[in-house]
Amino acid sequence: MPTPEKSKLLTDSHLITVAIVDSFRKLSPRVLYKNPVMFVVEVGAVLTSIEWAYDLAHRVPGTGFGLQITLWLWFTVLFANFAEAMAEGRGKAQAETLRKAKAETPARRLKRDGTTEEVASTALRSGDHVLVAAGEFIPGDGEVVQGVASVDESAITGESAPVIREAGGDRSAVTGGTRVLSDEIKVLITSNPGETFLDRMIQLVEGASRQKTPNEIALNILLAGLTIIFLLAVVTLQPYAIYSGAPQTLFVLVSLLVCLIPTTIGGLLSAIGIAGMDRLIQRNVLAMSGRAVEAAGDVDVLLLDKTGTITLGNRQATRFFAASGVTDEDLANAAQLASLADETPEGRSIVVLAKQKYGLRGRELSPHNPTFIPFTAQTRMSGVDLDGQEIRKGAAEAIEKYAGTHGQRVPKEILEAVQAISTSGGTPLLVARNRKVLGAIQLEDVVKGGMRERFEQLRAMGIRTMMITGDNPLTAAAIARQAGVDGFLAEAKPEDKMALIKSEQMKGKLVAMTGDGTNDAPALAQADVGVAMNTGTQAAKEAGNMVDLDSNPTKLIEIVEIGKQLLITRGALTTFSVANDVAKYFAIIPAMFAAAFPALEILNVMHLRTPQSAILSAVIFNALIIVALIPLALRGVRYRPVGAEALLRRNLLIYGVGGVIAPFIGIKLIDMIVTYLHWA
Amino acid sequence: MTPNGWTQIIVFLFVILVITKPLGIYLARVFEREKTFLDPLARPIERLIYKLTGVDEATEMRWTEYTVAMLLFSAASMVLLYLIERVQLWLPLNPQHFANIAPDLAFNTAASFTTNTNWQSYSGESTMSYLTQMAGLAYHNFVSAAVGIALAIAVIRGIARRERETIGNFWVDLTRGLLWVLLPVCLVVALVFVSQGMVQNLRPYDKAALVEPQQVTTTGNDGKTTTQTVTDQVIAQGPVASQEAIKMFGTNGGGFFNANSAHPFENPTPLTNFLQLLLIFAVPSALTYTLGFMTGSRRHGWAVWMAMVVVFLAGVTVAYWSEAKGNPLLHGADQRATSMQPGGNMEGKEVRFGIADSGLFATVTTDASCGAVNGVHDSYTPLGGLVPLVNIMLGEVIFGGVGAGLYGMFVFIILAVFIAGLMVGRTPEYLGKKIESYDIKMAMLAVLIVSMSILIFSAIASVEKFGTSSISNPGPHGLSQIMYAYTSAAGNNGSAFAGLNTNTLWYNTSMAFVMLMGRFFMVIPILAIAGSLARKKITPASLGTFPVTGPLFTVLLVSTIIIVGALTFFPALSLGPILEHLQMLAGKVY
Repeated sequence: MPTPEKSKLLTDSHLITVAIVDSFRKLSPRVLYKNPVMFVVEVGAVLTSIEWAYDLAHRVPGTGFGLQITLWLWFTVLFANFAEAMAEGRGKAQAETLRKAKAETPARRLKRDGTTEEVASTALRSGDHVLVAAGEFIPGDGEVVQGVASVDESAITGESAPVIREAGGDRSAVTGGTRVLSDEIKVLITSNPGETFLDRMIQLVEGASRQKTPNEIALNILLAGLTIIFLLAVVTLQPYAIYSGAPQTLFVLVSLLVCLIPTTIGGLLSAIGIAGMDRLIQRNVLAMSGRAVEAAGDVDVLLLDKTGTITLGNRQATRFFAASGVTDEDLANAAQLASLADETPEGRSIVVLAKQKYGLRGRELSPHNPTFIPFTAQTRMSGVDLDGQEIRKGAAEAIEKYAGTHGQRVPKEILEAVQAISTSGGTPLLVARNRKVLGAIQLEDVVKGGMRERFEQLRAMGIRTMMITGDNPLTAAAIARQAGVDGFLAEAKPEDKMALIKSEQMKGKLVAMTGDGTNDAPALAQADVGVAMNTGTQAAKEAGNMVDLDSNPTKLIEIVEIGKQLLITRGALTTFSVANDVAKYFAIIPAMFAAAFPALEILNVMHLRTPQSAILSAVIFNALIIVALIPLALRGVRYRPVGAEALLRRNLLIYGVGGVIAPFIGIKLIDMIVTYLHWA
Repeated sequence: MTPNGWTQIIVFLFVILVITKPLGIYLARVFEREKTFLDPLARPIERLIYKLTGVDEATEMRWTEYTVAMLLFSAASMVLLYLIERVQLWLPLNPQHFANIAPDLAFNTAASFTTNTNWQSYSGESTMSYLTQMAGLAYHNFVSAAVGIALAIAVIRGIARRERETIGNFWVDLTRGLLWVLLPVCLVVALVFVSQGMVQNLRPYDKAALVEPQQVTTTGNDGKTTTQTVTDQVIAQGPVASQEAIKMFGTNGGGFFNANSAHPFENPTPLTNFLQLLLIFAVPSALTYTLGFMTGSRRHGWAVWMAMVVVFLAGVTVAYWSEAKGNPLLHGADQRATSMQPGGNMEGKEVRFGIADSGLFATVTTDASCGAVNGVHDSYTPLGGLVPLVNIMLGEVIFGGVGAGLYGMFVFIILAVFIAGLMVGRTPEYLGKKIESYDIKMAMLAVLIVSMSILIFSAIASVEKFGTSSISNPGPHGLSQIMYAYTSAAGNNGSAFAGLNTNTLWYNTSMAFVMLMGRFFMVIPILAIAGSLARKKITPASLGTFPVTGPLFTVLLVSTIIIVGALTFFPALSLGPILEHLQMLAGKVY
């Protein structure tokens, strides 16, 4: 995805200008009522504005205080709006770029009679066939039904290297707005205008289709509940104050209310949600629903495909086992000769290993009149005939059979080596010369670097990883052990995968997986978090609730971390917001009643200068803390892969205890400044 | 404060600790309908009751059915008590010929005893016939306690069950609570009380000739003063011991006599005082273990227990310290504790209990929503009186009423888990159950109902003539009296700050409504959460699960109780007891 400079979010002056304008636009009650906390603040600000105007008109003395309180209340709402606008800002910028890709393109639609007609891309419907040639834009989402082409998908993925798209198989899906670089393909359009991938993407990044996620709704209810409770506490305080002979002005009561209700989290909540989605988009992952992002934080089990995710995906030769009476060098030499014409990664790795271990270099064989024997599914062997020698390498059983036809038996120590290689998760190949078995080659699937540590972190977070592989159980167990995963599913068929997901879900667990093939689709739909690869089929992309544009299955781990980070940020700011109330009480309560009851001055632990400066400082702190926390809300609280207990202890200390202490210091400082500036 | 005083407090807490586990397991067995040693006695009676009432003990109820059954039963019981009060003059066992009770007071009392509050706008010995006391009030002491325990058990089932629609059978829980728990214990305890000198009879009141006749001057309604010479004293009698056991064990707190547990017939010796304290905390404390036991996380039960103990110890320390310190305005008086005098602020306290036991009693009775008193909270020092008030304002969750304490605490647990739970990077879950918007809505509703009833009614009473005219002391103390009354009603505590005359039309009716709201309107959303949790899947615990065990959770729970519970009331408190305390230090009293 073309992302406008990631790091400069908070300093981009254009973004900020737009956000400032937006924060005024968002003052409209029709927008604001969706946020009960901020709506109450706005109502309070309106009330104090009217009261101030009334006081001014009636020449009541001391309107300066009322004006300042009123202004800061408006600022509080504006700051909260600003936070949201900032979070939305980047998405909007991205949407602009995407819209350019969407710009209307002509399409060559195939008519029944085989001729083409030129129509606008917006006129295409699901089921139409179009032809796209080199240099043309693909007019809509679809499936290649004929031909092969290299396609530039950088408009969507930000990746400039072209990708191959071809009919049939798992690489047939094409996305509207991408450009064909070579050849011509016939595409079956699978989406109607307005419902294309690009359309959905634009909606997502813009936040237009953003719906509140389940946890966000619950949190909103909690905040609304707290707001009502504090509203009650403040409204009923006036009768008590009247009873005590110290009635309060509207300015003071509204100030107390606004300070007590959870404005910090109320103001930042939607910004946190938008920013969380945005962080996924930064990593080229499109979440089709916010629910999926939350579910990612809750995931208990990760299903990871072995190939390409846990291992590098191609087996490499790692060792030679020579039969007795055969030198290792002789074996390596034969193996290399047999592999010279083998262009598979396995074959090349044998050549490389022989070179590395025994200094055997690839030779020019043409003087020896070689005949290369290619691999076939029937013989399951390959090799070379030269100078009257037959050199073969192949699967253990195949070579055994081949040697057996001439009465040759596989030596016992090689049979043992074959067994050992299999047990350790490797694949054994045998090498024979003139039907005599020389020895074995160990091919191993190499586990990607750093995966073991990654899985250990996940375990500490309470997440189990399951490896899915088509290998036999023996091989699977060995790789599982090597990679440090918690379990594996061997000889996995799509329906086994499905059954595993269901059984984990029955146990109450949330399951995440990645997939790309059409036969992955049911499992992707069943999983709580199903990440489809962008290279995958249309069916897979439809079934999953996230699409990874980079098609990197390892990213599932990052997705989980982003989900957790989103939830942690929400929790941390809620805790901080609620904990702040303690200090605000100590600022405002003595200020309200110290005039009538000087004894209450003892509660003024911060020694704020005057009652007016105390109340004003509390209101200012309350407003500024929203601005101060915008970067944290957008960036997210740093996530550490540790257990829940340690995480909770740490965050409680920072945001709970810190939330109690910070406002004492903040309000005191503001009071000093306010006093210095003679505001109150 | 004396070592002797602290020893008593520590011994008390120790005994509570010891009985928590066995009683907790016993409760779990009783309500899971497993075998207990009382089965040979209680099972036949239970079967007979079901046969007579047509209850099928095997069917279970959804939370809505459970709620309706509970409400119907409570309503019927309330009407019964109201009727008895209204016609007691024409019923037997009324040797003193007490008149029928006025409608507003009868309504208030019926609401009060049905809700396990036991607020008393009357003096028992001069208002209620023996029949009303036994068939009306003591009956409610038993059934309202049994209802409370049943509700707590239903909530625990909701937490423990997995993908189930039902949370138990109300009639079975009610019956088993009575037959297996409340009746047997009270039978034994009543006998112990009698052995200590508590009365238990149906005789008319005794008359004793005064050694020295007294001159009493009274002012009549017409303003004329009349002086009488009193030569003898009436000594009230009655079936006290039988009512006293359940008064404490069911955390009811409604005294047979006006002086409640300060009266020598209701609390004759330090031993009965100690026993009464134990009885108050016994079931609420044990239920925390039952929670851990039935949900399979005993360590969670203990963490909740510890949270209760932390707040309890804080309360008792402040109360004891403040009372032992005495009154700073009495410069000349010797207020030190010596072997000859208890020292401290002895106003409103019984000499046979002293400072430590009175401070402990005041804390225990308000931590649990018992409301029995062995002294007058109104006469405590401002901070000593602040402790009971704050205890009740926290929502009666520090042990709390039988059952009510645990289900009240459940709301705070839900809130604590929800607020801080996100900080471990998962959507909040409690013992494997996801806490979702419906649960939060209901939890907030429960909190809101309680704080709303306290704050709104206190606010009205503090500015309207019909409210303020009942105050006996002006200034912040008067405000404390009003707040205490409504707090006590909403928390279903029933203890009074005294001093406030609540036997008026306004207070009788408004407080009756507050009591009913504090009990039933609060428990409906809580049962709704229980029903919702019962339907949910249980996510098995992992390293990533939010820990609801251990000291960290205890600290979190205590903080939530204090911040959510107390901050609501801090502005009000600052104009009441806090202001009074500061004014006292400044030399001004009311």
